[in-house]
Amino acid sequence: MEWLPFWPKDAAVSGHVVDTLYIFELALTTLILISVYGLMLVFCIRYWRGRKVDRTKGAAKSWVWEIGWTSATLVAFLALFVWGAKAFIFLYQPPPADIEIFVVAKQWMWKTQHPGGQREIDELHVPIGKSVRLVLTSEDVIHSFYIPAFRVKHDVVPGQYETFWFKATKTGEFRLQCAEFCGTQHAHMGGRIVVMPAAAYARWLTDQGAHESLARQGEALFRKYGCSGCHGTNSAVHAPSLAGVYGSVVQLDGGGTARADERYIRDSILLPRSQIVAGYAPIMPSFAGQIGEDDLVAIVAYIQSLSRPPGASP
Amino acid sequence: MTSIAAELPSNYLTREHTVRSWLLTTDHKRIALLFFASITFFFFVGGFAATLIRLHLVNPAGTLLQPDMYNRMFTMHGIVMVWFFLIPSIPATLGNFLLPLMIGAHDLAFPRLNLASWYVFNISGALAIYFLLAGGVDTGWTFYTPFSTMYSNGHVMAAAAAVFVNGFSTIMTALNFVVTTHRLRAPGMTFMRLPLFVWAIYATSLVMLLATPVLAMTLALMAIERGLHVGIFDPALGGDPLLFQHLFWFYSHPAVYIMILPAFGVISEVITCFARKRIFGYEGMVWAMMAIAIIGFLVWGHHMFVAGISIYAAILYSVMTFIVAVPSAIKVFNWIATLHGGSIRFDAPMLYALGFIGLFTTGGLTGLIIATVAIDVHVTDTYFIVAHFHYIMVGGAVTAYFAGLHYWWPKITGRLYPEIWARGAALLIFVGFNLTFFPQFILGYLGMPRRYYAYPPEFQVWHVLSSAGASILAVAYVLPLFYLAWSLVYGAKAGPNPWRATGLEWRSASPPPAHNFSGTPFVTTGPYRYNTTDDGYVSQDGSAGA
Amino acid sequence: MRSLKPQMQFATLAQQTETAQLGMWVFIATEVMFFGVLFFAYTVYRASYPEQFRLAGHDTQLLLGSINVAILLTSSLTMVLAINAAREQRDRMAAGLLLATAALGLAFIGIKGYEYLLDYQAQSVPRLDYVFKPGQGGPTELFWMFYFIATGVHAIHLSIGIVLVLIMAWRARRGAFSRAYHAPLEVVGLYWSFVDIVWVFLFAAIYPLGRGGT
Repeated sequence: MEWLPFWPKDAAVSGHVVDTLYIFELALTTLILISVYGLMLVFCIRYWRGRKVDRTKGAAKSWVWEIGWTSATLVAFLALFVWGAKAFIFLYQPPPADIEIFVVAKQWMWKTQHPGGQREIDELHVPIGKSVRLVLTSEDVIHSFYIPAFRVKHDVVPGQYETFWFKATKTGEFRLQCAEFCGTQHAHMGGRIVVMPAAAYARWLTDQGAHESLARQGEALFRKYGCSGCHGTNSAVHAPSLAGVYGSVVQLDGGGTARADERYIRDSILLPRSQIVAGYAPIMPSFAGQIGEDDLVAIVAYIQSLSRPPGASP
Repeated sequence: MTSIAAELPSNYLTREHTVRSWLLTTDHKRIALLFFASITFFFFVGGFAATLIRLHLVNPAGTLLQPDMYNRMFTMHGIVMVWFFLIPSIPATLGNFLLPLMIGAHDLAFPRLNLASWYVFNISGALAIYFLLAGGVDTGWTFYTPFSTMYSNGHVMAAAAAVFVNGFSTIMTALNFVVTTHRLRAPGMTFMRLPLFVWAIYATSLVMLLATPVLAMTLALMAIERGLHVGIFDPALGGDPLLFQHLFWFYSHPAVYIMILPAFGVISEVITCFARKRIFGYEGMVWAMMAIAIIGFLVWGHHMFVAGISIYAAILYSVMTFIVAVPSAIKVFNWIATLHGGSIRFDAPMLYALGFIGLFTTGGLTGLIIATVAIDVHVTDTYFIVAHFHYIMVGGAVTAYFAGLHYWWPKITGRLYPEIWARGAALLIFVGFNLTFFPQFILGYLGMPRRYYAYPPEFQVWHVLSSAGASILAVAYVLPLFYLAWSLVYGAKAGPNPWRATGLEWRSASPPPAHNFSGTPFVTTGPYRYNTTDDGYVSQDGSAGA
Repeated sequence: MRSLKPQMQFATLAQQTETAQLGMWVFIATEVMFFGVLFFAYTVYRASYPEQFRLAGHDTQLLLGSINVAILLTSSLTMVLAINAAREQRDRMAAGLLLATAALGLAFIGIKGYEYLLDYQAQSVPRLDYVFKPGQGGPTELFWMFYFIATGVHAIHLSIGIVLVLIMAWRARRGAFSRAYHAPLEVVGLYWSFVDIVWVFLFAAIYPLGRGGT
């Protein structure tokens, strides 16, 4: 599409899908507008009061026409909806992630964390052609992570994790912008997404220097904050084991179930009493206000790693 | 079928001249003018903010205003235009003036409540002026938490209070209109003989009554959280910032229908009169407006497609949004079909109405684009949305307001406005408007977010075009102030029915006497009985016009 | 005795009466939406944190809340009886019953105030010495926010109702009402019953929590 003037760059899988839909709807809109303005013009000229023309044909009511164009409109709109819905479902049901990036937003910067522990501010380096899953949260107000060239955007909400994915199809640098008003410097809360070929990306990762992987950092924090005191293997306290918990379905006290995704893990740390695991007493203390978002993200990464077979890459 | 005196010894304007007789009036016509004064003031306050915004955005570095000041400007613009101009514009001025006249009543059901509504509006207006002068607020008109409750340095509480009080004025007026429509129709005026303007005001009032209280409570909860530093949207307690958004948009989406439904009513009245032809599909028009009012309550989530709602909820909101677009499309078809076989005049009200059809349709079709979730993910929170809603609210609602103002000006003031100037202003508005807002669609798809005081330089050309258009619009909106004021003193005297229209309002003098009609009108026929071929017409009380 | 002429915009007194009643029904519809926000938000959070809300609800004053239900229901009875009396031109009876209605309303307010005092002493008032009881976390404070906001808004509506009832009592005593004209009484009565019903719903939502029945 980029041969069109004033067309944004298209650099991800989602780009083509969204652009096709948009072009079609634009064309339809143009067609309908031309008809509307055209008909108005034709009627205004033809039926101007100064002209002698046959005015006996104008009806005041016609159920045939009304039902006709109402049904046609309804069918056309629903067809558009179905196409759009299918595109949306395709775009938003995430494929298995090749890489998972944690993003913490705060006024007025983006902090991104790679699984290998590399951190960036207002930038995100990713490899081309790989499915990237982002887990985002905010430290303060609602922000929105927007990459126009990828046609993706997702709000970033304090107090919870949001996720979405993208897969870049072109190398290069693409603008990242905050898209939810967040205060004085909202207009300057941006950065860049740098898409690299696989080899260059691997080099970039090592060029960042030796880092502990996010999961290893999390393991250290897990001990530092005392989590292992209850959840460790030799604990005297009756606390649920965390091995394999990420991604599983947890039985809750009171009969319900919950999927142990990032949100569940985070809520368990900050609001432990909101969802008690069946068979356990509500004795876990809350760590709300004690663990910052950056550390939380590492701990979550660590707990995620407890579900992977030993030796698998983070 | 009484004949009407060409000019009465006293009408609602000349009956009494004291300030007290105006400030303590219970005459719906005087109250309409009181509202007209208030909202015109706020139109220019909001317009002033818009002027500064467009001036500022000519430069990508954004140096005209400080960032905080810019942020307060766009917030002020939104709050003032939505609640202090658009929502009351047609209902509180034209609706107040015309509803009793159109149904053959002597006044509204609760005249003192009507006056109280104006005072409550002014109290809310005073609160608004206070918070504007005290330094403004920067949350955007949408007040999202937790920015509004915990981080903003602006006068959030005062702004919330102003809007809260403003809501009461809306509710009082809407209650009056609904009850009046049910109980005060003249004999013979059945529901299906009501002019479409009355149906539009009625549908609008129903939405106002059911939606505004939700806003009131939501703002109260937000203000409580800000004041007490603990509340129900606070993530630290387990509260959900998204709950605020759901509650806010549950009101604010119907609010946009509050702004456009009265416009539909005005356009129907104008088109049928100036095409000299009965409106096409009267019943369809009625059902379309009621359908919009009801379905409009079911689509609020389309403002939250990227906020963190589930994929299934998003799809549901999307399909409901496509469905709510159908009745609007029907109305556009019917207006155009009314032109077919008509005998068309191009007086200023008609020029505005034709412009409305084009601009509203543009806004509505772009609404379909953003109802498509996949596309909306890209363009939400960008200038595409800004362009979309300005096409509908300004290109649509404000244009219709001007159409109505000109159409009923002779009835309200007893004077004719100068036609050449009015047509010129209408055309200037159409050109200026498109130049201002069309480039913003392009900006939006290119990825320019909203509420940015500075932006990447490659967007500058579109912003410059937009600001150029805005300068034309500014002139076009100020023009009517001058020529309408001129007409009050020098305009030709209008007779009772200068447009030769069929409504009951044209069966009283221009301006009408204090109690609208002597005796009770008796309605014998439906609206819009225009005879296209011989240019005759039959008024709703049965009297024939040649 | 006041003249029974309807206001200028009405053809008959009956039309004026019906119009006044429709007006109050429409107003009540707006109030349903107003309180509805509170009930909706409460329901959402109660569904999200059932255990926490149960724990918090256990600390509400069930006895006082129940007494208040009885008080308000009785006051609706006295209100209806007052309207009947006024219709039959029994002015003293009507005024007396209206005063009883207002008194019951004031009793409600008094008991509510005492209840707030007990809640404060139990350290259940958010931001004022609030303390998490054993096993409780953040969402219990959410519960108490709702409790105070909802009962507070209700109390404000009730207070307005008490003032209206007192004004009606004064007018009844001066012989303003008759079989032909008692619309203001019916309209105030409608409002009073609405405030009563809101309390019944609030009671059902808040007080039985955590006492084994839910």
